[in-house]
Amino acid sequence: MEHYLNIAIRSIFLENMALAFFLGMCSFLACSKKVETAFGLGIAVVFVQALTVPLNNLILNGLLKEGALAWATPALAGADLTFLSFILFIGTIAAATQVVEMSVEKFAPALYNTLGVFLPLIAVNCVIMGGSLFMQERDYTLAESAVFGVGSGTGFLVAIVAMAAVREKLSYSNPPAGLRGLGLTFVTAGLISIAFMMFSGIQL
Amino acid sequence: MSAVTPSAFGKRERAALLDPILTNNPIGVQVLGICSALAVTTRIDKALVMGAGVILVTMLANLAVSLVRNHTPGSIRIIVQLSIIASLVIVFDQILKATLYELSLELSVFVGLIITNCIVMGRAEGYAMQNPPLASLMDGLGNGLGYALVLFLVALLRELFGAGKVFGFVVLPLAKNGGWYVPNGLMLLAPSGLLIIAGLIWLLRTLKPELQEKD
Amino acid sequence: MSRLDSPRYTFVFAAVMCVVCAALVSVAAVSLAPRQKANARLYMEKNVLVAAGLVKPGQDVSLADVERVFQADITVRLVDFATGRLLPADGANARDYDQRAARADPAASREAPANDAGIKRIASKGIVYFVKKGGQVDQVVISVEGLGMWGTIYGFLALDKDAVTVRGITYYDHRETPGLGGEIGNPAWQAMWKGRKGYDDRGNARITVIKGQAGAPETDPLSVDGLSGATITSNAVTRLMRFWLSESGYGRFLTRFREKKEVL
Repeated sequence: MEHYLNIAIRSIFLENMALAFFLGMCSFLACSKKVETAFGLGIAVVFVQALTVPLNNLILNGLLKEGALAWATPALAGADLTFLSFILFIGTIAAATQVVEMSVEKFAPALYNTLGVFLPLIAVNCVIMGGSLFMQERDYTLAESAVFGVGSGTGFLVAIVAMAAVREKLSYSNPPAGLRGLGLTFVTAGLISIAFMMFSGIQL
Repeated sequence: MSAVTPSAFGKRERAALLDPILTNNPIGVQVLGICSALAVTTRIDKALVMGAGVILVTMLANLAVSLVRNHTPGSIRIIVQLSIIASLVIVFDQILKATLYELSLELSVFVGLIITNCIVMGRAEGYAMQNPPLASLMDGLGNGLGYALVLFLVALLRELFGAGKVFGFVVLPLAKNGGWYVPNGLMLLAPSGLLIIAGLIWLLRTLKPELQEKD
Repeated sequence: MSRLDSPRYTFVFAAVMCVVCAALVSVAAVSLAPRQKANARLYMEKNVLVAAGLVKPGQDVSLADVERVFQADITVRLVDFATGRLLPADGANARDYDQRAARADPAASREAPANDAGIKRIASKGIVYFVKKGGQVDQVVISVEGLGMWGTIYGFLALDKDAVTVRGITYYDHRETPGLGGEIGNPAWQAMWKGRKGYDDRGNARITVIKGQAGAPETDPLSVDGLSGATITSNAVTRLMRFWLSESGYGRFLTRFREKKEVL
């Protein structure tokens, strides 16, 4: 239990996808003008991340790893298909976002109105792909990757909402012309990132 | 490129190549592909290899997408682009592992993340789908170069002030190794990348006031 | 454009794309696989040579160089952690042994005994590199790993033939904070380990990365200079070194080796 809690805490605060690895920066910058939109995107990321990381874990361990195909025919036991992982991961992600989008539209139209526009965007969000790649690199088990998926998604949610909150206040400020908008957003992200570094070294 | 006759390499191709390097830089102006730009810039060699990867992948992806653009059904064009890009990235990753093994270990997941680099997708969808192959190739090269240029600048600053080195050669001898320079540890940490990019954008927008944002 | 939007054409196009991409990727992967495998092994074995002081850190060595040194001066064997005995030599296989992969394989590993180094599982067998000089064993290089601040730290530890004195270390794979804990990768710091003792006089693994500076190896053999601003990493290194030198790790084997019960 403690182990899973540790993974969750690490992925939310210490190894925050947006602030420690700079993943998902494009949407992090583009969709953080208002807290409401930021929250919608964040929730969508948590959703898709929680789905795709464990799914990709199953694909990796059940199809791609050396010896994973042994159940089909013993002749395939030596086949190591891990080089296909990138393409299968991105395929899963694209399909998952599509399925999630369609089912949300069908069963929860209210949620779709707030979340729907972000779902297609998420297919090419580095957080999602990064989550699956980190899962592969760190050799997570299925349970670990489920926790990691939710945790890293939540980390992104926390970061983008914090960012949006700061930016809403910043719109009243009067920075140098060259820094206005994008430049200041980067500085803000840098400062939030420094603030998040204080979590470093936390271990359960 | 010797096979290219001047008539084939016209104004459009030249603009496609040169524009993205400075005036329409993918990172500084279009704000694309920042995800990977920051995490790999602690050392110049890492940044250059990453830049080379993005240049190759954008070029070839643009070329391939442009070649099949008139045959691609609209309903599946995104997934077609993604599979082209993903295949190219896998090939690059495999080559990297076979030649520069130690660098490939350090770049870890970031090579795979070229797939979701907005520059690659953005140029394939935004340019190569509408333009002929040669212009698309040049557009890919230009955008890749623009990206690599920013990566190089950020990495140069970070390596120089964070570790006192350029390309791994000692330029500012570190105090702990008997020199005089006390390195700025922040430069090696994640946030400095964001702050340096902010500085570059500020510089670019001061030089080119038309890029500044109005409220 | 109706031709492009018919379902049949879409399927055919998708299928053709898949075949083309698959062919491209598979050709690249299959044709480059042997070189990748050779590179991965070269990387590990180069670091063994760095720990043993036969290659300078950062020096460019080719596959052929490493191969030559390994053929001439190095014998690779596996040791059973439970008994501390060397397993029968079957030369080529020991060099191909992947301790990291074995650790992840339930059949080739077991749960690690309680420890403070963050090690959950250990492989049942450990790799040992005997470095010979003039035909006699001169150094023993063992593989160490443990949890650092951000992730697992992997390294090699080279001990003298007395199986107590440190001849060299390397940490070749870690995720520690650059500039702070990341200094464990700094050759200048790694050089400070030379001449220290892994065990005290009573045979307990007591080597410690202390806070501040340690004395000369002759007067202060059980301490190593700490890394300023990196207490967590320093402690992690202490713990992982002690773990692998203890009975849970290579301790049993090293004791038997010292008592000349294990010889090549």
